[in-house]
Amino acid sequence: MRRRAGVGAIQKQRLEQEKYREKGSEIQENQFQQMSKQLEVFRDNLEDFATKHKNEIKKNAQFRRQFQEMCAAIGVDPLASGKGFWSVLGIGDFYYELGVQIVEVCLATNYKNGGLITLEELRTRLIAARGKAKTHQDITNEDLLAAIKKLKIFGNGFTIVPVGKGKWLVQSVPGELNLDQTLVLQKANSLGTAWVSAGILTGDLRWNETRAQNALDHMVKEGLAWVDSQDSKETLYWFPSMFAECVSA
Amino acid sequence: MDRFEYIEARLFEGEDYLKRDKNVKIYDGDDKTQYTEGEVVLTTHRILWGKPGDIPKGLVCLSLYLYYVFCIEEESGGVFGLGGPKRIILHLGPTLPGKRPGPAVVSPYHFIKFSFKDGIDQTFYKALNDAVTAKAWERLTPVLSPVNSASAHSLSKPSVQPVNSKIRSGIVGIERSIEEQHRQTGESITVAFKDLRKLMEKAKDMVAISKNISTKIREKQGDISEDDTVRFKAYLMSLGIDDPVTRDAFRSDSDYYLGLAQQVSDMMVAVLMECGGIMSLADVWCRVNRARGLELISPEDLMNACKLLQTIGAPMSLRKFPSGACVLQLSSHRDEEVAKSTSELLEENGHLTPEKLSQIANVSVLLARERLYTTERLGMACRDESIEGLAFYPNLFLREAS
Repeated sequence: MRRRAGVGAIQKQRLEQEKYREKGSEIQENQFQQMSKQLEVFRDNLEDFATKHKNEIKKNAQFRRQFQEMCAAIGVDPLASGKGFWSVLGIGDFYYELGVQIVEVCLATNYKNGGLITLEELRTRLIAARGKAKTHQDITNEDLLAAIKKLKIFGNGFTIVPVGKGKWLVQSVPGELNLDQTLVLQKANSLGTAWVSAGILTGDLRWNETRAQNALDHMVKEGLAWVDSQDSKETLYWFPSMFAECVSA
Repeated sequence: MDRFEYIEARLFEGEDYLKRDKNVKIYDGDDKTQYTEGEVVLTTHRILWGKPGDIPKGLVCLSLYLYYVFCIEEESGGVFGLGGPKRIILHLGPTLPGKRPGPAVVSPYHFIKFSFKDGIDQTFYKALNDAVTAKAWERLTPVLSPVNSASAHSLSKPSVQPVNSKIRSGIVGIERSIEEQHRQTGESITVAFKDLRKLMEKAKDMVAISKNISTKIREKQGDISEDDTVRFKAYLMSLGIDDPVTRDAFRSDSDYYLGLAQQVSDMMVAVLMECGGIMSLADVWCRVNRARGLELISPEDLMNACKLLQTIGAPMSLRKFPSGACVLQLSSHRDEEVAKSTSELLEENGHLTPEKLSQIANVSVLLARERLYTTERLGMACRDESIEGLAFYPNLFLREAS
């Protein structure tokens, strides 16, 4: 290393380093753009192939696995059958595919909505995840309802709740597995008050109105909570099971 | 623009001066550059561009090898076609390795333009055209380049794709090789997706490329997509089953269901353990199908297979709640086991209400209550029903009495 001296040399060195760093990030940025472009190409092609060559892909076991791996890496849905003539008669995979995708959307969102989603939102999300092609956009609410009906055999775990005209809620978590009430209790416990309100739940747990009200109503019905409408702002829900602890605390 | 290189303005051996013009501006594709009002010199091998007066003095200038040029055209005239054409468009081939550094490392364009302030001199245009078609660089013996023999080689045979030379160094070298890699990857993707047969042949490479792309993007961006569903989908599919059981492979339905039950059991054990030992059948169905890929099974098939889980001695079983909901449950959650673990919790806490148990065990209140009932039924808990609600205590009769 050559020996330099003086402020000028140091500044020059710093400038050089700065330049190298700039160049480095420029290269990275550039590389990232290229990658994104290739990702797009990949996605479009895979979507296209999944629609057109489904049967051929199915036949070849080894390739099927590879195709699945590619789809998994890129985030493309290999299930992309269109609603054909036969699917109206319940033959073919269309409604099963839709079913898988419906459950998937519910699973992916239930950390936010507690397993309760409107059919409209379900449809929007499903279509978005299915891909860009035109056939995917044509999926109607009726298709979704038909697909959900096929899951009836699983009992009441996955149900459609009609709410008003032409509106439905899809409930994907059966009561036995619904942790919402537990979370409400935990909340009341941590507040140390033995009561909560819908406002607290929406504020602190980031639930929406319906979810909070549903959980509370259910607890009243089960006899876990008592209603207190004396508060000037909103209804409070008391949990008798916590009285003792709160008094002793 | 990335095909230009910096070089001192001297002619190589065997290179001849052809023509010159001044007041020339360079465009990188459609974009203006800082190279304006310069002088161009056309030789048999190259086009040189320099600030006025630089080229005759032999100073550093921009140089473009004519072998990059594969097509020349005149840009059509102004708005009303007045004044004649002022720009020549040069369409360029891909950058060759071994190129010296130039003013730009990458360019989105594959053409450049020379803009002549005083209009195109037709003799210049013709000379350029002739030089490109004459391909003087192909006729000559490779003593052209003053750099080294490797680039002289690529110079003499520019049409052949040269092997990646390892002599590159410095930032430009790195950039070049990255660039080259991207180009090759892009190309192989295009080729592979031409038709299904091609894709099958190249499937292995494509799998590797797709994984590589997604890891790189994950590193930079966190994930391949912002969409919850897409991410979840990718996750589910990555837990693929290699060889899904199909109906065709079995002689009878019952054999098929047995095979299916085994596969479901193998796949779900780990998943169930992860998520608390219990899962609704709709979720199971979705996961199983995602893992199977294109070989979907119907809800009925899954139901039938699940009914056989106990027959094959799987560590899980189908269970129907009083509400009608079906779930798949690990055997460690069978009644005896549940009663045992619940009574241990009772001992620890003195007494339990369903609400309390639900918080401790992180299950729903309904399920917690049911666990307590089960424990009671097996004689390991005692009930205390009062105005304060329902609570359970350890069954002291069981121990103290004996």
